[in-house]
Amino acid sequence: MLKYLIQKEFKQIARNSFIPKILIALPLMAILVFPWAANQEITHIQVAVVDKDHSTYSRRLTEKIAASTYFRLTVWTDTYENALSNVEAGKVDIILEFPSDFEKQLLTQNRAKVYIASNAVNTMKGGIGSGYMTSIIRDFADEIRTETLPVTYSHPSLSILNSQLFNPYGDYKIFMIPALLVMLLTIICGFLPALSIVSEKETGTIEQINVTPVKKTTFILSKLIPNWILGFIILTMYMLLAWLVYGLIPAGNLIAIYFIALIYIFVVSGLGLVLSNYSSTVQQAMFMMFFFMIIMILLSGLFTPIASMPDWAQTVTLFNPLRYFVEAMRMIYLKGSHIMDLGKQLLALSLFALFFCGWAVMSYRKTN
Amino acid sequence: MKQFFAFIKKEFYHIFRDIRTMLLIIGIPVAQILIIGFAVSTDVKHVKTAIYDPSHDTSTRQIIQRLGAGEYFDIIRILQSPGEIDDLFKKGEIGFAVVFSENFAGNLYHTAGIAGQARNDNAASIQLIADASDPNQGTVATAYASNIISGYQQELMQQQSIPLMIIPEVQMLYNPSMRSSYNFVPGLMGLIFILICAMMTSIAIVREKETGTMEVLLASPVKPVYIIVAKMTPYFILSWVNLIIILLISVYVLRVPIAGNLVWLNVFSLIFILVALSLGLLISTLVNTQMAALLASGMGLMMPIMILSGMLFPIESMPKALQWFSCIVPARWYISGVRKIMIEGASVRYILTEMAVLIGMFIAILTISLKNFKTRLA
Amino acid sequence: MLEINTNIEKPYTPTPPLGGRGGVIETIDLTKCFGNFTAVDHISFSVEKGEIFGFLGANGAGKTTAMRMLCGLSKPTAGQGFVAGYDIARQPEQVKKNIGYMSQKFSLYEDLTVKENMRLFAGIYGVKENLILPKIDETLSKLGLTAEANTLVKKLPLGWKQKLSFSVAIFHEPQIVFLDEPTGGVDPITRRQFWKMIYEAAERGITVFVTTHYMDEAEYCRRVSIMVDGRIDALDTPANLRAQFHAENMDEVFTKLARKATRIES
Repeated sequence: MLKYLIQKEFKQIARNSFIPKILIALPLMAILVFPWAANQEITHIQVAVVDKDHSTYSRRLTEKIAASTYFRLTVWTDTYENALSNVEAGKVDIILEFPSDFEKQLLTQNRAKVYIASNAVNTMKGGIGSGYMTSIIRDFADEIRTETLPVTYSHPSLSILNSQLFNPYGDYKIFMIPALLVMLLTIICGFLPALSIVSEKETGTIEQINVTPVKKTTFILSKLIPNWILGFIILTMYMLLAWLVYGLIPAGNLIAIYFIALIYIFVVSGLGLVLSNYSSTVQQAMFMMFFFMIIMILLSGLFTPIASMPDWAQTVTLFNPLRYFVEAMRMIYLKGSHIMDLGKQLLALSLFALFFCGWAVMSYRKTN
Repeated sequence: MKQFFAFIKKEFYHIFRDIRTMLLIIGIPVAQILIIGFAVSTDVKHVKTAIYDPSHDTSTRQIIQRLGAGEYFDIIRILQSPGEIDDLFKKGEIGFAVVFSENFAGNLYHTAGIAGQARNDNAASIQLIADASDPNQGTVATAYASNIISGYQQELMQQQSIPLMIIPEVQMLYNPSMRSSYNFVPGLMGLIFILICAMMTSIAIVREKETGTMEVLLASPVKPVYIIVAKMTPYFILSWVNLIIILLISVYVLRVPIAGNLVWLNVFSLIFILVALSLGLLISTLVNTQMAALLASGMGLMMPIMILSGMLFPIESMPKALQWFSCIVPARWYISGVRKIMIEGASVRYILTEMAVLIGMFIAILTISLKNFKTRLA
Repeated sequence: MLEINTNIEKPYTPTPPLGGRGGVIETIDLTKCFGNFTAVDHISFSVEKGEIFGFLGANGAGKTTAMRMLCGLSKPTAGQGFVAGYDIARQPEQVKKNIGYMSQKFSLYEDLTVKENMRLFAGIYGVKENLILPKIDETLSKLGLTAEANTLVKKLPLGWKQKLSFSVAIFHEPQIVFLDEPTGGVDPITRRQFWKMIYEAAERGITVFVTTHYMDEAEYCRRVSIMVDGRIDALDTPANLRAQFHAENMDEVFTKLARKATRIES
């Protein structure tokens, strides 16, 4: 029985004028285009310098900032107002202002103030920009101290050494590729089943199925398995392209990736089928799935760290299957974690899969 | 004109009779903005941190205390040996580790060094190790930690009256309390509006095509343009209601203030809603089934918009080619405009570009879809 | 009005009294309510094996609801029903094994071909794999649809679709086939062909339970029940009904009965 139903699903997908196109276009975009875009690195912070002093030191510090890789000096002006209007136009991220007595204060009082105003709408950019700026200013102070006071003197000094593990070149693409794969599988294996049962309700074909002795489990499996096979194909295609285009090979075991993806696809497809069972129109099913999809994706740690969320939200993420899948995929793909390290994720995903697939079978009603 | 209003009335009946769907249309954006607005922060905070401190002196304790005081680092482990670090990283238990050198305070005060060249063998040193499998979190955490440590050093220097000090005074513009929702809420608005609006209109028209009622409408003496406008009107009004609810929520619940002009914010948002509705219309002229319409507008648009709109990933960090490519994403313009007018309080002349682009998009999409619509059904 | 083809008309034989055991369909006070609305109101009747049973009624009289209960698609609110010996409330899946169903709205897969639809449902009903293909060929040639075997169903004209639906409903040789307005919207020639197929099925021993709007078709049935406002107001052979209501044809019988209806047509 199952065999015939699965064949039917594949024929329907293949004959659809739209689905095959999107099944090819979306994964291609996800591997060829999106990794370049999905980048949160803060670079090229645009600086406006308000120099009211026009002194040697103010000019030297300005040059030092312009020469740094983090900053790009875009505006050089006399008034703060002018600089600020450039911030509002989106041309400047951070303003450095030298007061008119900057050099005089520095040489006579041995200390001088500068003002930094950083656009903090994007808090990370604002924070990091001002951080980089202060450290350049500190370096500059060290520099001029060495020049003007050639004698060695004692002052507290310490050195900071940085090391970045697992992705030492900081290539964001490598970090995002497993995440985009997770998102892709979620979207495709979630939306298709969400519409599948309810669209049969709308066309009426479900009636012809319900009047047959087909078992509920068989029918639900006939909706799950094609999705699983599609997910499998997309997963393979995606990893192959990740290797061909970016030379990225999973650090961990391939079988572990397939195994955990297999379980995960049952989770999202099961959720989709549950929503499909409870909806009476495809529109309702789509809206419901859209709701869960956005929440699941944004509360999974896929794009923003879970640790930055408030406590209640961190608790909510414990009930988000996507969270465990992202964790597991990143651990295997990037850190080479062994499947034994993933006990928690495997257990959670298996429970979710059982729960949603079981619910999908229960909520599918052949008799009203 | 009379017929036109009769059509609009009919569309309203359609929507308001289906209470369940209407509740979804209103409820979903509100719930999403609420949950995500509260929960999601793009900033890097509460990084789980382990410390290895063989010196146990005043200086290391002061530095550890400062690291742990802010909301950036949560010190969860004090290690006995640096060998444990690798394992903790692999298991994902920590994201950051700080390793102090031995005899830290002693070296800190007694190393006579030439300023700026402290790296000799006996220098006090701190090693910052970040899990860069998330490179962003890695660099940001490192930057925050370096800042805290340098701040400490700076203070020590001030106590000792070091010559030639430059003291930076930092001010955070528009968002002094550093809340990442200021950045995120406009992005969320852009994402949700465009998807919900596109889904609503695309399905409304395809449904009539599928059931065949579209032919009845077209057989009537009303011009196709009016039919389309009549179809879009209720959704336009519904979206406006959504906009107002969402703005109220962001001001009173999420505490994201509207710093700019409310009227212009509304005008700008409504232009964007028009773009989104016409996008749904365009999709409906290209597909024949409700399922395809929904998959195109919901599934097909979700990922590109999330990634290319600047909602999560700053446009200026993208390669040039993609920056150009992102220009065709309407949400990109909306999000950038809302950030300026709503958060920064910029006056309307700073968003003229965004507004012009959106109006242009609206006209272009509408023209193409009307053309498609006529040739398809005529 | 359609001419009755006398070749296929069956002689009338008396049936056991209503509610008697031994019918292939038995109902006792079968009732279905939706909230306050009683769609089917305590109906009791019995259908014999091999019989063609006409189930008549105006729109909204409750025909489809009653039929859906008998098919195990809808749970009765009260009363009992047995189809092929199984309780429709407690053993709906057993019922489904023994019946075929053709719904009012065409509900085969439009995006599958004629052959694929037949294969799918044959497979679901557990027809042995090696028997499926020969039987499909046989059925298609009987229907004259051999040339259309690989045509997508959505491209077929309505009459052909209906014939295909019927063939699918009886493909697995069920004991009973339920037909919900099978000839709605098709031309008179196709209707006649359709009834020929119904008679052939009945000759093979398949019980046919059919609802219809066409009173001329009622004359083809061995027995006819007429539903008004959820109740069965009359049940007998067409000839007896004509005599009982002093009517010239079934149309008149129906009109006389339906006039009593108080429900608004839905």
